[in-house]
Formats: sequence, C-alpha cells, structure tokens
Amino acid sequence: MSTDTSKTTGESTDTGGRATMLRAITAVGGLASVVSTFLAWTWTDEFPGDLTFNGYPGGLQILTLVLGLLTTVFALAAMDLRGLRWLTPAGSTQALRLMALGTFATTWFTVIAIAVDLGGLANWEPGAWVAAIGSAIPLAALLLPNDTRPLKRPAELPSWAEILIIAAVFAIGLYVVNYGIQTDPDHPEPFLGYLIAVGFAAAALFKAGIVARMSALTAKYRSVTLLAALVTAVAFPFTQDKASYTELGVNILIFATVALGLNIVVGLAGLLDLGYVAFLGVGAYTAALVSGSTSSTLDVHFPFWAAVIAGAVVSLIFGVVIGAPTLRLRGDYLAIVTLGFGEIFRLAMQNMDGVSGPSVTNGPNGIPNIPPLEIFGFNFDEDHTVLGRTLDSNANYFLLMLLVTVVVVLVFSRAGNSRIGRAWVAIREDETAATAMGINGFRVKLIAFALGATLAGVAGTVWAHVQTTVVPEQYVFAGPVPPNSTFLLAAVILGGMGTIGGPLLGATLLFLIPKKLEFFQDYQLLAFGIALILIMRFRPEGIIPNRRQQLEYHETDQLDAPDQPQLSGNAVGVTKAEA
Amino acid sequence: MTTTTSPVLSASGVTMRFGGLTAVRSVDLTVNSGEIVGLIGPNGAGKTTFFNCLTGLYVPTEGNVTYQGDILPPKPHLVTQAGVARTFQNIRLFANMTVLENVLVGRHTRTKEGLWSALLRGPGFKRAEAASKERAMELLEFTGLADKADHLSRNLPYGEQRKLEIARALASDPGLLLLDEPTAGMNPQETRATEELVFAIRDQGTAVLVIEHDMRFIFNLCDRVTVLVQGQKLIEGTPDVVQSDERVIAAYIGTPFEGAPGDDEVAEVEAAEAEAAEAQQDTGPSGTPKSTTARTEDGQ
Ligand SMILES: Nc1ncnc2c1ncn2[C@@H]1O[C@H](COP(=O)(O)OP(=O)(O)O)[C@@H](O)[C@H]1O
Ligand SMILES: [Mg+2]
Repeated sequence: MSTDTSKTTGESTDTGGRATMLRAITAVGGLASVVSTFLAWTWTDEFPGDLTFNGYPGGLQILTLVLGLLTTVFALAAMDLRGLRWLTPAGSTQALRLMALGTFATTWFTVIAIAVDLGGLANWEPGAWVAAIGSAIPLAALLLPNDTRPLKRPAELPSWAEILIIAAVFAIGLYVVNYGIQTDPDHPEPFLGYLIAVGFAAAALFKAGIVARMSALTAKYRSVTLLAALVTAVAFPFTQDKASYTELGVNILIFATVALGLNIVVGLAGLLDLGYVAFLGVGAYTAALVSGSTSSTLDVHFPFWAAVIAGAVVSLIFGVVIGAPTLRLRGDYLAIVTLGFGEIFRLAMQNMDGVSGPSVTNGPNGIPNIPPLEIFGFNFDEDHTVLGRTLDSNANYFLLMLLVTVVVVLVFSRAGNSRIGRAWVAIREDETAATAMGINGFRVKLIAFALGATLAGVAGTVWAHVQTTVVPEQYVFAGPVPPNSTFLLAAVILGGMGTIGGPLLGATLLFLIPKKLEFFQDYQLLAFGIALILIMRFRPEGIIPNRRQQLEYHETDQLDAPDQPQLSGNAVGVTKAEA
Repeated sequence: MTTTTSPVLSASGVTMRFGGLTAVRSVDLTVNSGEIVGLIGPNGAGKTTFFNCLTGLYVPTEGNVTYQGDILPPKPHLVTQAGVARTFQNIRLFANMTVLENVLVGRHTRTKEGLWSALLRGPGFKRAEAASKERAMELLEFTGLADKADHLSRNLPYGEQRKLEIARALASDPGLLLLDEPTAGMNPQETRATEELVFAIRDQGTAVLVIEHDMRFIFNLCDRVTVLVQGQKLIEGTPDVVQSDERVIAAYIGTPFEGAPGDDEVAEVEAAEAEAAEAQQDTGPSGTPKSTTARTEDGQ
C-alpha cells in the first residue's frame, strides 16, 4: 500500500506524496469502520436492529460496513491500484470525499442515536468507540486536491461482460430498494440511516463518473436493460416476506406509474396539470361502479379487461372535455381549469349520493367491497405459491400493476421519441415557432393531455381493486396521504421532468419517506414545500436530469456534444430524444 | 432572370392595425416562382409584421393573401402546410433540442405518423422515421451543419443558428421561403455564404422573400425589391431602380422630402397611440383593438 503507484503528472513529488498519504489514511479509516461493525456497539437490543453481537454486523452496522468498504475501495482506486481504476473515470477525489462523509455521517448518526435513545454514552460498547473514531479517519480525504477530469472513453469490454454488469447493477439496485422497504417501520432510525447512506453513496458514484458510464452502457444495450428492469421488478414481490412490504411495493408502483403518466403532460408537452389525480379517480370510480360491488349503483360485473377499457375511455372523455376548451388558449388557463376540475370531481363524487344529487357514488361513503379480481381463475385476493414463494394479494396486484407500468413506460418512450413527441417538446420549447413549423398546437397538446388522462384512468382501475374501496377524499389537490395532485407533481419535479426514471424515483421517495418516518407525517406538506424549494434552487432539473435540461440549467457543465462520439457508421439514426 | 411568371404568393391590400397604430397599410406584393424578392425598409417599417400577416401569426385587419391561387387561412400551421415556411428575425429555435431534432420538427407537415403509429412502431413508422431523418440530414448537409447534428441547438454559434433556422424551414419542402433578416449579426464571410445558400434554395425551385438591412446582400441577390416605409409600400422595382431612387435613400437616411408617405402619419400615429393607451387604461379589457381602430379612422 505504501508503494506510490500514482504518476500524477504536473504535481510535485511532495504534494503527490502527501495525497497518497491522505488516500492511504482514508483507506485505513474505511477498514477501521468495517472492522468496528463486527463488534458490539451497545449492550441492549432495545436499540432497533440489535447491535449487540460480536462477530457479525447487524442493523445499521450493515450500512457502515458497506460504506466503509466502498470508502476503502475508492481510496485504493484513487491510489491508482491496478484493476480498480474503472471505478473513478471522472476523478476520484470528490467521490472519495463523499464516501468518507457518508461513512462518517452514517456511523455517527448511529452512535449518536444509540446515546440519545438509550440515554448517554454509557450505552456505547467499545465497538461504538471504534466505529466513531474509525469512521472519522476517512475525513482526511477532505484535504485531498481536486482531480475532476472529463470522462474518458471507457475501455471496450466484451459484450457478455457488459451485459453481466447491467444485470449485476439491477440486482444491486433491487437489494438496495429492498433494504429500504424492509427497514423497521416502527423506528425511524434504520430508515434515516439508510437515507443518509444511500444519499452519500449515490452522490459519490455520480461524482466518480460511474453513473454516467452506466447510463452509456444501458443506452448501448437498450433491450437488455429493459429486460433486466422488468426481471428485477418481477423479482421484487418474490423477495418480500411480509404483507406490509408488498403493500408498500404495490402502492409505490401505482403512484410511480401515475406520476410517469403525468410526466407526459408536464415533462414532455409542458402543460401544467394541477388536477391530474382526478383522472386516477375517474378510472377508479368507473372500475368500482362496474366491479359488481354490492355497494355499486350499477348492477353489472364487467370482466377486468372490460373494466380497464371502460376506465380508460371514461378518463379519455373527461380529458378531452377538460382539454378541448382550455388548450385553445395560451397561458396558464390549463393550470387553473385543471385545478378546478380536480376539486369539482371530488365534490361531485361527494354529492352524487341520492340526496344532494343523483344516486351514483354513495357520496362520502364511497364504494366499498369491491370484489377481488379474478382473471382466468386466478384470484388476486388469495395467496398463490409460485416457485416456492408465497405471493400474497398485494404481490398479485403488484404483478398486475407492473403490466400497466410497462405499458406506460412503453407509451412514454415510444411516443416521446417520435414525430408527435418531438412536436410536444417543440411546443414546450417555443409554441410560436412550433406552430410556424406546421404543428397544430391545439391538437398536439390535446393528444398529450388526453393520453395522460387515459393512462391515469387505467392505473385507477387497478388502484380501485387494490384499495377494495374508493372514496372521494382520496382525490384532493393536496393532502397528507397520496395520491393527490401535489404529490404526483412533486414526484415528477423532484425526480426529473421528461425522464422515465425521474417520476419513478420521485414517487418512491415521496411515498416511502413519510411511511417509514412516522414523526414526519404531520409535517409532510411543509417538507414537500421545502424539498421543492431546495430542488428548484440547487437542482432544478430534478434528481435524474434529462440531458437537455441538465444543459439548460447548468450552462457551464458543457456537455453539448454527446458524451461519446456517435458511432460514425450510423450517425444519423441514433439521436435519442430522451425526453 | 425569371423563367416563368406564375405568382406563388400574392398579397393584396394587406393592412395590420394594432389599436391605433397601423403597422402595415394596404400593401400589395407578388412573388413569382423562381424569384428572389427583397423587402427592405427602415426599422419599424412593418416588414416583420407583414411577414406575420403572410404566415398567419397575425390575422390581417384587411386584405388577403393567396398562395398559388388559394387564399391562405390565417393559421400558422395551415400556412406552413400549404407551402410557405419562414425564419424569425429574433432566432426562435427549439433551444433544448438537438440540431437534427429541430429539422425533424420542421418535417412535421410532410409526415403524418400519429400517436398510434408511434406506439405500435410498425414497419411504416420506421420507414417514415428513417426517411425523415435522411431528409433532415440532407438539409443539414445542404446548410453545412451535418457535423453538428447531435449538438443542442442552443450551443451553436449565432451564424449557425440562423442557418439552422433556414434548414428547419426548408424541411417542410416549401414553395416559398420567407427569411427575416437572415444575415443579422453575421460577419462578411457568413453573409457571403448565406447569399450562396439563398441562391441554391432558389435554384431548387423555392421562391424566396427576404427582409434584410444589408443593401449589398439585397441588391446582389434579388430580382425585385420592395421598399416599405411607415407600413406603406414606397416603391417596387429591380435593384437598379430602387437603388437610385432618392426617396429610398431619404427614407433610410431620414431626410424628410416632399410627399413622403410617412410624413403626416408620424403625427397621426403618435396621437393615436397616446389615445389608444389612454383608452386602454380607462376602458380596461373592453378597449379592444377594434374600438380604438374605429376611433382613429374617424380622425383621418
Ligand atoms: N404585436 C404588436 N402589437 C403592437 N404593435 C406592434 C406589434 N408588432 C409590431 N408592432 C409595431 O409595428 C411596427 C412595425 O414593426 P415591425 O414589423 O417589427 O418592423 P420591422 O420589422 O420593419 O422593423 C412597430 O412600430 C412595432 O412597434
Ligand atoms: Mg423586423
């Protein structure tokens, strides 16, 4: 480890030696953190996650273990250790700093939480002291000189290796998501620690340039990536062992899908829809009315496919009725009209109870007892054993919803990357110029708006069955529980407008955080607001930026040319309109 | 120079009023096939407004515009559909789309793949996309931007942005191209190149109507030149005729002369503007252009 393998040109040997020294210290600190996780950090299992074992890590210690290891590995990569250089294509220092900070923050969060929860430092076992000191050592990385460099073209790997990497990344991704979903919901500590750890690690990987390299890989193997994503998603319910986890999963999937539908309207066509949740409601109410529920005022029982079509068609009609008069006008009329529509929908559902209006929806009581779905004799409410794993009702609906998600993803990417999608983006960019290029602005906007409404309606039909009941109060503009229009819009903006991954990630975070952190629920709307302000200030393009927007907001990060020269052979065909 | 004299575009009696301000007053203009026609005039003469009237961005208060004999509907996308494409004086590219995507948007009227075909991605869709891309690349080749196809249009230098606007307009296979100050902000070499480009466009069978302040550019290029002053047509003729007309020189230099069309209007317009502003203030939203227009007409 002491042999200096770094041949940083232009640096005097003195500062080079100092940097190597700092990196070595960081590596040692990472190792110390790792070692500490094998010791007991406290004496009682009252602290969530039981950190009392000597010999193997548990609970929050796992996070320290992983981050400590990553810190060590990145420190070694920074020392130019052969075989690790691929980890830091865009420079090692910033990544190393973030990893070190992550290790420190996660570990100190844990040991401080132990002291606070259990009342004093007396509750620290020696392992906690080792962890606290060990995890502070890597902060030496903060003294390192910056070495950010432009991304180099990666060495070509054989394609089977690249495909394996993609598969591995998705497997790791599933593990990370599962870890978050399966944290103890009764205690906030594990999930908070998880957020800290994942946040720092993700930022570090991004700064290292490894995220950019991965997205280049996934762009190269599009169909493999899609398949891997699908397999990962299908695997999700098979890796859960509690009904509460699959319930989280199916809810996240539904809201993520609806948010993605909204992203067509907001992200691609640039139309501000403040009442989008009403279209989810239209679909849900339609499905509930034709579900054969004893409380439904319609005495019909459609098969599910017919209910889906009914939900889609009714939502489409509402979309056109709302959109047609409004989209002719320029300006912010649409925002106001959709805001009004969202409220009118809720109030109408509330009042169509046979007393203040026609008897359709049972008013505030909603339509309960929606019978479970049954498709080809497969009852969605019963447990089924598939491949040795028991899938509960939520898992069944998760798999059904996944079909809808796949459809929405396909619609988003196919429509987005076509004549109509380009017209949407053109309208968003400059409506006057777009119409002067022959685009019928009204028509194109109406298609986007109605398409978004239809997709929400389809999701609503599944949502009604998952909930087994629909009530008007679920469809508000802003509220503490999703779905509501603010939640969906925030998911799109937070995650990244105009991308597929953005709304999925945004909805996951926004749904999971209040579920896992109960103390947080009362302040959820406040936190929404603060989070959005922070996002707008520091990362207006969202967590997952679309290539265009990243350029729009950060003029200095010149990425104007594609990150890698397009393969000269088919230079024409490969502009990917990511949005 | 002209081979045939069939009119591509003919505007007759086009008048555009904004409240009390008559930006374009009863202008007649014809562009024949195979012609390059110049439209010049001092700043504020109403040239851009006239373009907007031709392309449906403004609905002219009076007069009509025909393209190949058919009256153009005052809707921009229908005008483009009919075969009249344009560029903008203040560049209006889709800044966050790539160069290629900008041109592909220009193909919009000449392709018809809708949402369904995009979702189903049948062979027809793929063929149409490939054909669009091929044509777009041809146009980028033609304007010399092929190697920048994947750049974001906002990152192009100014001169290339103007060229991209031309490529994007050409993508709709127009019979008439309207260029609004295509060389503004260009250096002499770029201006020369643009001149060649306009000739090449004409040679491909697209008539061109061009607004420009660069006189050398205009007089080199155009078969006919129309001069607009204070919203009115001052003179029309070959470059030689226009160049030697003292009124044109005066209009540009600003020396008043006997019977200048702007003379009495300057005062009138100023008065009307003040009146319109006043009217707008006290009548609020009901002070629509029409009512104020009526008032100025009374005063005439
Ligand atoms: N939308 C509008 N509303 C009111 N006045 C306008 C509008 N557009 C143009 N004008 C006025 O019309 C006149 C002609 O402008 P313009 O056509 O841009 O001139 P040019 O292109 O010849 O320099 C100017 O006085 C301008 O202020
Ligand atoms: Mg002008």
